[in-house]
Amino acid sequence: MLEALQRYKSMRVVPFDVPGHKRGRGNRELTDFLGEKCLTVDVNSMKPLDNLCHPVSVIKDAEALAAEAFGAEHAFFMVNGTTSAVQSMVLSVCKRGDKIIMPRNVHRSAINALILSGAIPVYVNPGMNRELGISLGMSLDDVARAIAENPDAKAVLVNNPTYYGICSDLKAITDMAHAHGMRVLVDEAHGTHFYFGAHLPLTAMAAGADMAAVSMHKSGGSLTQSSLLLISNGMSEGYVRQIINLTQTTSGSYLLISSLDISRRNLALRGQDIFQKVSNMAEYARAEINRIGGYYAFSKELVNGDTVFDFDVTKLSVHTRDIGLAGIEVYDLLRDEYDIQIEFGDIGNILAYISIGDRRLDLERLVSALSEIKRRYMKDKAGMLSQEYIRPQVEMAPQTAFYSESESVPLDGSIGRICSEFVMCYPPGIPILAPGEKVTPQVLEYIHYAKEKGCFLTGTQDSQVNRLQVIREG
Amino acid sequence: MELWFTEKHTDHVRFSIQVDRQLYSGQSEFQRIDIFDSPEFGRFLTLDGYMMLTEKDEFIYHEMIVHVPMAVHPAAKKVLVIGGGDGGAVRELTRYPGIEQIDLVEIDPQVVDVCKKYLPQTAGKLDDRRVRIFYEDGLKYVRAEEDAYDLIIVDSTDPFGPGEGLFTREFYGNCFKALKADGLMVNQHESPFYPVDAEAMQRAHKRIVESFPISRVYQAHIPTYPSGHWLFGFASKKYHPVRDFDPQAWLALGLKTRYYNPKLHVGAFALPNYVNALLEEEEKG
Repeated sequence: MLEALQRYKSMRVVPFDVPGHKRGRGNRELTDFLGEKCLTVDVNSMKPLDNLCHPVSVIKDAEALAAEAFGAEHAFFMVNGTTSAVQSMVLSVCKRGDKIIMPRNVHRSAINALILSGAIPVYVNPGMNRELGISLGMSLDDVARAIAENPDAKAVLVNNPTYYGICSDLKAITDMAHAHGMRVLVDEAHGTHFYFGAHLPLTAMAAGADMAAVSMHKSGGSLTQSSLLLISNGMSEGYVRQIINLTQTTSGSYLLISSLDISRRNLALRGQDIFQKVSNMAEYARAEINRIGGYYAFSKELVNGDTVFDFDVTKLSVHTRDIGLAGIEVYDLLRDEYDIQIEFGDIGNILAYISIGDRRLDLERLVSALSEIKRRYMKDKAGMLSQEYIRPQVEMAPQTAFYSESESVPLDGSIGRICSEFVMCYPPGIPILAPGEKVTPQVLEYIHYAKEKGCFLTGTQDSQVNRLQVIREG
Repeated sequence: MELWFTEKHTDHVRFSIQVDRQLYSGQSEFQRIDIFDSPEFGRFLTLDGYMMLTEKDEFIYHEMIVHVPMAVHPAAKKVLVIGGGDGGAVRELTRYPGIEQIDLVEIDPQVVDVCKKYLPQTAGKLDDRRVRIFYEDGLKYVRAEEDAYDLIIVDSTDPFGPGEGLFTREFYGNCFKALKADGLMVNQHESPFYPVDAEAMQRAHKRIVESFPISRVYQAHIPTYPSGHWLFGFASKKYHPVRDFDPQAWLALGLKTRYYNPKLHVGAFALPNYVNALLEEEEKG
């Protein structure tokens, strides 16, 4: 892709096509801001540069190289985010009314796909670590039970890993699902690096899964919104491409496409070294944070052979509740007082994203700031809500609920009603309520607590999340 | 033939010193280190192309960063110097017989080695028996210390590059924790004159004010630094830099200095109006 774009640039073609900024000349302010180099390759699909919707030349070649690098039969370049990759996975294997087995702590994109497709979720409650207040992976027994109870299910969806870096026993789940004729879809939004690092958890493709959504823009280093969809086991490339084209733009950005290709090359050549360094940095920071006391930066000691089958050591997750602060409070303090932005804070934990772009001195800043936050703000942890996984009470399929007649009610007046929209903290974007689920007092308590602690709640029609859309009764 | 060292003080201002010859050039893990001989300023050290010290005017910086706090807190026994691998601050500290321990925390061992070899004028006292050298990130070192030091001297480079962490709130907070109940901290505080330096100066001041109950700024005239007008920060848990300063006690020590004296001590805290205005902007919160 890089070569094709450079060749194209050197031809100095006169553009009488879109985009209308014409290599940046028509929008001086934008060009000054983003740089001329960037604008000159923000071009339209054309024969020398192939077409993302129907690749036959350079994009096709680049996708083949990506497939090889990731050990897949085919790789699709995605420019509408991993969200679109996850949706395409579900839409590729589930039609309206088909069942799909998935953990409830999926990203909203997976449940969005259920709204689009009309598939019926069979939720497996994830394991739970009560001390840390985090959801874990799926237990093999629970998956086995879900499969036994729903032999007609079309697929099993697995997070590999979760936002916190926790992996289920992907190989065993895959084998079991395949033995029952089900497809295995893997959300690897947080697992790109598994494909390149040594000593990292098993990848979806190595485990024999059928499809995987891989966020190249997270640990892979490509531009935000660029992603990969991998397929294997004879999944039809042509059919999956048709599914992707249902919702993906026809004006695929060459900035995103080229960033995928360049990042793939970088990972293939230097990935092992890169992720060794990232692991070392995360391990160092973990040891230093644990030395402060009060904080708990957890790692492989959580591995239990089942709901925590493996742990991604590049993730720096820290439990903060023992210093009397919610993760989101530490997250806010780090930004407001110390000019440090981390990935997210939830009720009991923070996650700092470590990558090849980090320097040792930045890690020292993070650790020192955490030490200062403890010294200045530590308080009694009494009265703090431990983050429990709330078992959803699913009353209706997400699509049915979403399209049902609904009405807006005040949050506190919604108990016992069936919700027709999402409520979630973002990040991490894992729904507290999804369409079709019953509003319980426990759910409301959680929402109130999250709001009070400063979580950024999203998903509802009401921007303030004071009202909720529920299904009209009677 | 003319050979000149040039540093850009701003995008539009250059400062040049004629060089006789270059004695050393090396790239450490952290920065590029150069030593030159010059007809006007004698030998000088640059890091990543930025002037650190010259033999001719380093006395001003080192006397001001050491004697001002020592004159306010003459009982100081345990001193921590962060940065300052050239040894100039340590040299001034070793002149106080009351000091029992001087810990120097320098991130870059190569700076110390080069200075020992080429700049004995500043590095000559690094072998004093009271001096311990730790090659470590200052931010990391101070994190582990509590109620340990009487005086911390932050002799840092600029707030970009390896010295970056030494201009942060977490660092000043950690220093507060590392100091005893009557401890104090002085720091290289950048310049108020050119806008880029002034912004760094304001940010540093804001973060120190947030971390210490007493926080004042004093000035010196340093010919080879941008604009020549340089500031130091004085942050303290208990002692006020002027009210708690006993000139007679300091004079009784009989130290011979070329820049510092008790009258100048008091005067150095009297700042130009525009500098006061910049500082007050940050103090309002």
